Amino acid sequence: MTKRTGCILVALCLLSAAHAATMNVQVQSGQVRSTPSFLGNVVATLNYGQPVEVVATQGAWHQVRTADGKLGWMHDSALTAKRVTVPSGGAAAHTGATGDELALAGKGFNSDVEAQFKAAHANADFTWVDKMATFKVSAPDVQHFVQAGGLAQPGGAK
Amino acid sequence: MKRVLLPWMGGLSVLAALIPSGCSTVAEMSTMAGQAAGVITEEQAQSINRAAVAVEKTYQDITPEQEYYIGRSVAATVLGAYKPCPSADLNQYLNLVGQTLALSSDRPETFGGYHFLVLDTDEINAFAAPGGLILVSRGLLRCCRSEDALAAVLAHEIGHVQNQHGLKAIRKGRLTSALTILTVEAGKNLAGQDLAQVTQAFEGSITDITSTMMNSGYARTLEDEADATAVQIMVRAGYNPRALIEMLTEMKKRLAADTRGFGRTHPTPESRVQHVTALLGASPAGAVPPARQQRFAAAMASLR
Repeated sequence: MTKRTGCILVALCLLSAAHAATMNVQVQSGQVRSTPSFLGNVVATLNYGQPVEVVATQGAWHQVRTADGKLGWMHDSALTAKRVTVPSGGAAAHTGATGDELALAGKGFNSDVEAQFKAAHANADFTWVDKMATFKVSAPDVQHFVQAGGLAQPGGAK
Repeated sequence: MKRVLLPWMGGLSVLAALIPSGCSTVAEMSTMAGQAAGVITEEQAQSINRAAVAVEKTYQDITPEQEYYIGRSVAATVLGAYKPCPSADLNQYLNLVGQTLALSSDRPETFGGYHFLVLDTDEINAFAAPGGLILVSRGLLRCCRSEDALAAVLAHEIGHVQNQHGLKAIRKGRLTSALTILTVEAGKNLAGQDLAQVTQAFEGSITDITSTMMNSGYARTLEDEADATAVQIMVRAGYNPRALIEMLTEMKKRLAADTRGFGRTHPTPESRVQHVTALLGASPAGAVPPARQQRFAAAMASLR
C-alpha cells in the first residue's frame, strides 16, 4: 500500500466515524418517536435537511438528539450521513450549507423544473398526482388494520 | 458508539487535497479547456470537477427531494396514458395494505411517502414511480384472489422503489449535464437558459424511466430483485409469501389473452414462479384469518 492510499483510507475512516455521529433528515417531514417503532408517539417533527445527533443505534432505528435538545427515535431510512441542502425559501430553519457540494445537492429538479415540465406536457396528469399525495394512512390506522387481519405489527424491520 | 472530535468538514478538506492529484477525468480536461478560453473561473472549474466526479460514480447523487420530483412527473406521465379509478373505498384499502407493507420494508420512509392508486384499465400492469407513487391496474388486481396475493403485487412494486430501479434507468449522461449546470449556478436560483437546460435533462430522465416502465421493461435481474424484496417484506408483515406464486399462476392464465403491459415488460410468470419457489424453500402455508379474506372480498367487490 502506498503512502497516499494509506492517507486516503485514514481520511475515509475518520469521515465515516464522524458521519455516524451527525445525520440529516432526508424526508419532507421527519418524525421523531418516543420508542424505536412506527407506533411510538411523535415527540418532534423535523424538516428536510435538519441535523440530528445520533446517540445510539438499535437495528434500523437511531436514537437521536434534535438541535433543540429533544431525545427520540428515527428510522434509518429517514436519515442520511450526507449533507443535505435546503432549497432557497425552504422551511427548514437550519441549513449549515457552506460549500459548493452542498449547494449542488439542493438545486436541480425542483418545483420550478416541474412547472416547466408541466407546461410542456399537457397530457401529464398532475391533478391525480396531487390527489394521491392526500391518500394518507396513519400509524393507528395501520395498527388497527394489522390487528384485525392477524398480521405482524411493523417493528421497523431488521 | 465511537466519537471522533475531528470536524467532518476538516476530514473532507483532507480528502479534497488528496484526490485531485491522482485524478484525470474527461471532466477535468474539459474544464481546463473552459478555463483556457476564459469562459469559467478556476473556482467554478473546481466545483464542476467535483460535481462531475460525483456524477460519474452513481445515480445515488440524486437527492431524495430530486427523486420525489422525478417520481411525481413519472406518475403524471403514466396517468396521462391511463385513467385513474376514482373509487375512494378501493383506493383506501389499497393504501392500507400498501402502507402496512412499506413499513416492513428496508425503506419505510421516503421524501414524500408511499401512496397507491388503482388504474381503471383491464390491462395487467403496475408502475412504481421513484419515491413511492405506485399505480396498479384493475386487470392486475383481478389476478389476486386474496389480500396476501394483493400484498405480493404491492410488495413487488415497493421492491422497485426500495431498490431505486427507476433512477437506475436514467442514462448517466443526462445527470452529468444537469449537475454541471447546477454547480456553476450554486447559490442562486436557476433562470432563463439554465432552467431550460436543467428542464431538458429532467425531461430526458422522465422519458428514460417511463419508456423503461411502459415499453422495454427492467432487466431480469432487477425483476428478480423486486421479487426477492417482496418475499422479505411479506414475511416481515405477516403475509404468506406463497401468495406471490398463487398470484403469478393466476396471472399466467389471464396473460395468455393479453400481450400488453406485463406480458411485454416482465419476465414470464412461469420463470418468476421458478425464481420465487427457489427463494421460499419449504416454508409452510399458514391459515388466513376469515376477517382478512372478508375485507379483501368487500374491497374488491366493485371490480367483479
